[in-house]
Amino acid sequence: MNKNFKPFINGIVTENPTFVLMLGMCPTLAVTTSAVNGLGMGLTTTAVLVLSNMVISLLRKLIPDSVRIPAFIVIIASFVTIVEMLLEAYLPSLYDSLGIYIPLIVVNCIILGRAEAFASKNNLIASFFDGLGMGLGFTLGLTSIGIVRELLGNGEIFEIAVMPKGYQPLTIFILAPGAFMVLAFLVALLNKLREKKGKPPIEIGSCSGENCSSCMMDCCESKNIRQTPKAKIKAKKVKKVKAVKAEEEEVKDE
Amino acid sequence: MNEMMHVSSNPHTRSRMSTSRIMFFVIIALLPASGFGIWNFGYRAAVLIAVCIASCVASEFIYEKLMKLPVTIDDLSAVVTGLLLALNLPPTLPWWMAVLGSVFAIIIVKMLFGGIGQNFMNPALGGRCFLMICFTAKMTNFTYDGVTQATPLALIRDGASVELFKMIVGTIPGTIGETSTIAILAGAILLIVMGIIDMRIPGSYLLSFILFMGIFSDRGFDINYLAAQLCGGGLMLGAFFMATDYTTSPITDKGKYIYGIIMGFLTFIFRSFSSAAEGVSYAIIISNLLVPLIERVTVPKCFGKGGES
Repeated sequence: MNKNFKPFINGIVTENPTFVLMLGMCPTLAVTTSAVNGLGMGLTTTAVLVLSNMVISLLRKLIPDSVRIPAFIVIIASFVTIVEMLLEAYLPSLYDSLGIYIPLIVVNCIILGRAEAFASKNNLIASFFDGLGMGLGFTLGLTSIGIVRELLGNGEIFEIAVMPKGYQPLTIFILAPGAFMVLAFLVALLNKLREKKGKPPIEIGSCSGENCSSCMMDCCESKNIRQTPKAKIKAKKVKKVKAVKAEEEEVKDE
Repeated sequence: MNEMMHVSSNPHTRSRMSTSRIMFFVIIALLPASGFGIWNFGYRAAVLIAVCIASCVASEFIYEKLMKLPVTIDDLSAVVTGLLLALNLPPTLPWWMAVLGSVFAIIIVKMLFGGIGQNFMNPALGGRCFLMICFTAKMTNFTYDGVTQATPLALIRDGASVELFKMIVGTIPGTIGETSTIAILAGAILLIVMGIIDMRIPGSYLLSFILFMGIFSDRGFDINYLAAQLCGGGLMLGAFFMATDYTTSPITDKGKYIYGIIMGFLTFIFRSFSSAAEGVSYAIIISNLLVPLIERVTVPKCFGKGGES
């Protein structure tokens, strides 16, 4: 497989942001009341993710390490603003139903996570495919949650009635508790499928040892994670204290 | 010397109380309320009770068979859940909705979290709230004597007067098991005498509810109004049979008072300010979620540890 193309499959399947990485939970739970909303949110995020990944990858050598997060945010926010205005102009109904969650894409941790973990270390083409894969994986997750919720809560899929006429919609699936239940059941289903394939189950906050590039855990000692300035200072301090102690002990020994 | 010396580790006192015995007594205690419900609302109430119990037991059995777990239906807890759920449903509810509520209560609220003793909220109330959110119109449709009526609780909310005597006896519209205060109290007294439920929880719940209602509502300490609030809706059933569920109530004494006061406060808030007249089930569920926190705060000090040096 092409080296640049690998992140694409990675984002959709092995590191699916919704079902495996559990990132971007806020839009996942909030906007998936219908399949259309899920699809719209997913594609909007994909557009922002691809564009911001590309620009950040191009600028990765120019952005100083100490201010990289603000720089990423500025780039992401610009694209979100553009996409928001485009949506308002051309897809006003989607714009209305997504509401506040469009500007909130700025703080979506998938986008910032990919910028930090992937785009700032890889070339343009790989970053493009990574953004596309992650975005489509997110879209897939949101749309599947949206389909289940719309089906149970409204008796429809993509606004086409599929349930028999006498079906009484279970309104709870359109509301917030339904979002949590559907997400949990889909992850459980995926875990069951993974178990059959002999893979370890997905666990929130655990280290599977295979997703290091996108892992956001601070406690991990993996070399893939850049040390933040604070952590560097802390590490230096610890070193100093150790050195002083060692010296004291030497003095004592003498 | 023929006498053997037994050396064993604790526990040294044994009691004949087991889970199934406790559940059996709870069922006995619920019989007056269920019997009155059947007499009050007719055969539909009996059908609903039977459907709920059967589907609760069946779903627990099927889940445990499918998951290859030990089958625990003989501890009778599923029967209690089904009975309590049925007592919380209006008698006009279609039977398949009752089945759905029972399956939700057992599978999602109870079994998925680990079965008996592991559920984070009262399964019967979970099932009721699920139905309440899904089928609000059907769940709040109270037909009595062939006429759709408002419950006394909704009436006093709108400022109308109610007949207190009828509310105490129970010949009023409402859910199957909540209408008769006398029948519920009869069962509750049995449980308290048997030592199965602790008076601290219902006591602090009801007292704090009366206090909040008396102090903060417009009517003040109007005895009729307060009595109607006490006897109306699911407050009595909730306080004695739902809030005292072992799994979802605190085990520390201090915690029990805190838990009761939180429920009283929430019930007062829901009954006074929400759009619906009834709020007991939501109040109990929210307090159920707070139980782990309450227990963490009220852990008693070990003997010989802590305290003044």
